[in-house]
Amino acid sequence: MKQNFASFVKKESLHILRDTRTMLIVMLIPVVLMVLFGFAISTEVNNVNVAVVAPNRTDGIRDAVERLSQNEYFTFKGYITPDDIDPYLRSGKASAVVVFASDYERGVTQAATGVPTKPVIQLIVDASNVNTAGSSTAYLQSILLGAASQQAMFETRMLFNPQMRSAYNFVPGIMGLIFILVCAMMTSVSIVREKEVGTMEVLLVSPVRPVKIIFAKMIPYFAISCVVLVTILLLARYLLEVPMSGGVGGIFTISLLYLILSLSLGLLVSTIAQTQVVALLISAVVMMMPILMLSGMLFPIENLPKFFQVISNIVPARWYIDAVRKMMIQGLPIVAVWKNCAILLGMTIALLGVSLKKFNDKLE
Amino acid sequence: MNDIVISVRELSKRFGNFTAVDRISFDVYRGEIFGFLGANGAGKTTAMRMLCGLSYPTSGKGSVAGYDIMHEGEQIKRHIGYMSQRFSLYNDLTVWENMRLFAGIYGLNKSQTEQQATELLERLNFSSERNTLVGSLPLGWKQKLSFAIATIHRPEVVFLDEPTGGVDPITRRQFWEMIYEAAESGTTIFVTTHYMDEAEYCTRVSIMVDGKVQALDTPTRLKQQFATESMDEVFRILARGAQRGE
Amino acid sequence: MGAIEVHNLSKSYGKVQALDSVSFSVERGELFGLIGPDGAGKTTLFRLLTTLLNPDSGSAEVDGCDTAKDYLAIRSRVGYMPGRFSLYPDLSVEENLQFFAALFGVTIEDSYDLIAPIYKQIEPFRTRRAGKLSGGMKQKLALSCALIHRPNVLFLDEPTTGVDAVSRSELWDMLSELKERGITILVSTPYMDEASRCDRIALCNEGRILKIDTPEGIVRGFDKQLYGISAKNMFALLEKARTADGVEDCYPFGEKHHLVAREEFDEAKFVAQLGDIEGLQIIRTAPTIEDMFIKLMKR
Repeated sequence: MKQNFASFVKKESLHILRDTRTMLIVMLIPVVLMVLFGFAISTEVNNVNVAVVAPNRTDGIRDAVERLSQNEYFTFKGYITPDDIDPYLRSGKASAVVVFASDYERGVTQAATGVPTKPVIQLIVDASNVNTAGSSTAYLQSILLGAASQQAMFETRMLFNPQMRSAYNFVPGIMGLIFILVCAMMTSVSIVREKEVGTMEVLLVSPVRPVKIIFAKMIPYFAISCVVLVTILLLARYLLEVPMSGGVGGIFTISLLYLILSLSLGLLVSTIAQTQVVALLISAVVMMMPILMLSGMLFPIENLPKFFQVISNIVPARWYIDAVRKMMIQGLPIVAVWKNCAILLGMTIALLGVSLKKFNDKLE
Repeated sequence: MNDIVISVRELSKRFGNFTAVDRISFDVYRGEIFGFLGANGAGKTTAMRMLCGLSYPTSGKGSVAGYDIMHEGEQIKRHIGYMSQRFSLYNDLTVWENMRLFAGIYGLNKSQTEQQATELLERLNFSSERNTLVGSLPLGWKQKLSFAIATIHRPEVVFLDEPTGGVDPITRRQFWEMIYEAAESGTTIFVTTHYMDEAEYCTRVSIMVDGKVQALDTPTRLKQQFATESMDEVFRILARGAQRGE
Repeated sequence: MGAIEVHNLSKSYGKVQALDSVSFSVERGELFGLIGPDGAGKTTLFRLLTTLLNPDSGSAEVDGCDTAKDYLAIRSRVGYMPGRFSLYPDLSVEENLQFFAALFGVTIEDSYDLIAPIYKQIEPFRTRRAGKLSGGMKQKLALSCALIHRPNVLFLDEPTTGVDAVSRSELWDMLSELKERGITILVSTPYMDEASRCDRIALCNEGRILKIDTPEGIVRGFDKQLYGISAKNMFALLEKARTADGVEDCYPFGEKHHLVAREEFDEAKFVAQLGDIEGLQIIRTAPTIEDMFIKLMKR
């Protein structure tokens, strides 16, 4: 009977390989999404023109401006007078203007000794693009702070992603989405297709137990997902330059767990749906929407209304994305996210149990 | 009676190197029930598509209801009715909604629709089912209704694609009575089918093999010609010589 | 005990009574036909016998096993070909066959002698995708797949629907051959003219069995005199004949109308009563299965 299991797997693989179009889509979607989120939809600061207003060019100010102009993300457009600020910003000659107070040096020294001071730097930013404005403000602050030699003039500090590269945040989200797409959607559609074509009837009227047929179906999709996983990690590391300082072992382990969970979800959908269209709809609406909205992929969970925060607890992607973020960006080891792992494992067992129970060997 | 409704001369359709329909010629007369038979892949469907104005012939000419199939496809569509077992009516619409929909598709105006549809329902003894969902009607009723709707705009020709598969013998006969009645009133019926017992109901029958019309006559004369008891045997004798599959 | 024993089997889907207390038995090695239109309950009966559905009431045994208790045993002993040819369109002829062989834990070689007469006809196309086969070839492949594990009982649900007359006739020839090899076959069809190819048939309609007998026996049961009538204008003839004296029933039957005569029917009187009808012909005709079906339905 071992031999026939192998031939089931072979048959499923043939189905997948012969459907070149779907296969291509599955392999390309992660790449497209990674590039899209990584570059095109970016909130990164790039080539920001900065002008400076300085009543007296002290050493401290000159030092600050020097750091600014050497930074690859900013272009120093020269010193201007206060009257030029408005025309410069309006005409787009500069997107940000740094105004140093005349008592800048004194303020810096005072702050160093712990004496409270009033602000000595003003940032005037073109906020027509809210995202870039936000990040360039934050970034400018950190550069100027550095110039004022560890002066605690601002409370803001950028942790882990000092350059605020958005790709770092999106990669785990994309992973959470893609695996559901590949595993859950494709397995459910492939099982339901057999119901539609009528081959399921013949499979059921055979001595082979449904469990075997199901696992044979899962294996090729699991394999494809592994390829996709490696692709994403390679793209993340070398194209988007995500640090992954915590090592990839942990990310891999939790991803494999998430893959199995997604496969079980797909199986569950296939027991409910009778047609491929329904299977697709369930996968898209019931699974994708919560991932996009409630997993922290697009919106931070803390910003959600209380009710949705509670709901988000049952969205597996939330726990997965959170764990991958911690490992990928903060460089934490897998033991630090044991809670996420335990929750995902529990969900997997429950889902697999329910769907195997529901998948009976009769037509009703 | 000898008024020609469908006329086809040397009609061919080629797809690349493949000649699906190979120089077929025939005439169909007004009020005839014309059976158009052929094995899977013999070219029946391709030929019928050309007659319905859905595809252009590669060569040859033909006319349906007086309109040229090469240039007047749109006119043809307005003067024919079509019914198949696969696509007939919308199950999620009521009897009346289906009638109104198809009457609209066939270009009837509001008062014509009202009048024709009411008349049809009365003739079918269906008036009480006017607001019933088509999906909940028995198969036989659906087929009768769908034939009625295919003739709602009083077309010159009705194309029937395997009309009575799977229906019980009594309903089937009621269906053929409707067809006889329509033919009697001057509508020409063009039937394609796999089933030879359906062929026996036809005035004349043509049998296509490998893209050509191999036989065309009344069922009685065909049976005499091939010295057989049934149309089924006539068909098998002709189709056994076929070279190509689907 | 027969190969298939069915006792008062009933099944309903919601309000629809698909099968209403059906009983019959099929002998070993018999070719048994279920003849009836769509909605007769044929597919439901197949699904109950192949253990895909559980009955509401009643019981059945297939090859000596109870469909409820020993359903796993039944599944390795029967071959089943559902209404739509259940093949994988994206797999080749050979891959389909290999898969179904693996499903039952056998190899193609093990059963080659059994399937050879059928499979040989499509073997030249073994690398072609099943989706690209003609209706007749699909039918042969599906039958080969259903036979791959040498089943004792073969269930074929409408194997001739949607295929042309030549392929249909070939299928019946293949079934006769399989019967010779001792396989019990239960086959359904909506086409009355195929009934004569079976050893015995059950006429079914709306979830009930109207009659079970040999095809000859069924026809013999038609106890009325039957005439075939025809004329130039068939429709007018039908309307007139129906109202004539001594006519129990008259309905279209291909080229002719069939007229079921009562005791008192008199041919000469009938002709006179019809009056002037061009090309009138009337001859005594032997009844067919379909005539009997109509009679049973009207009762």
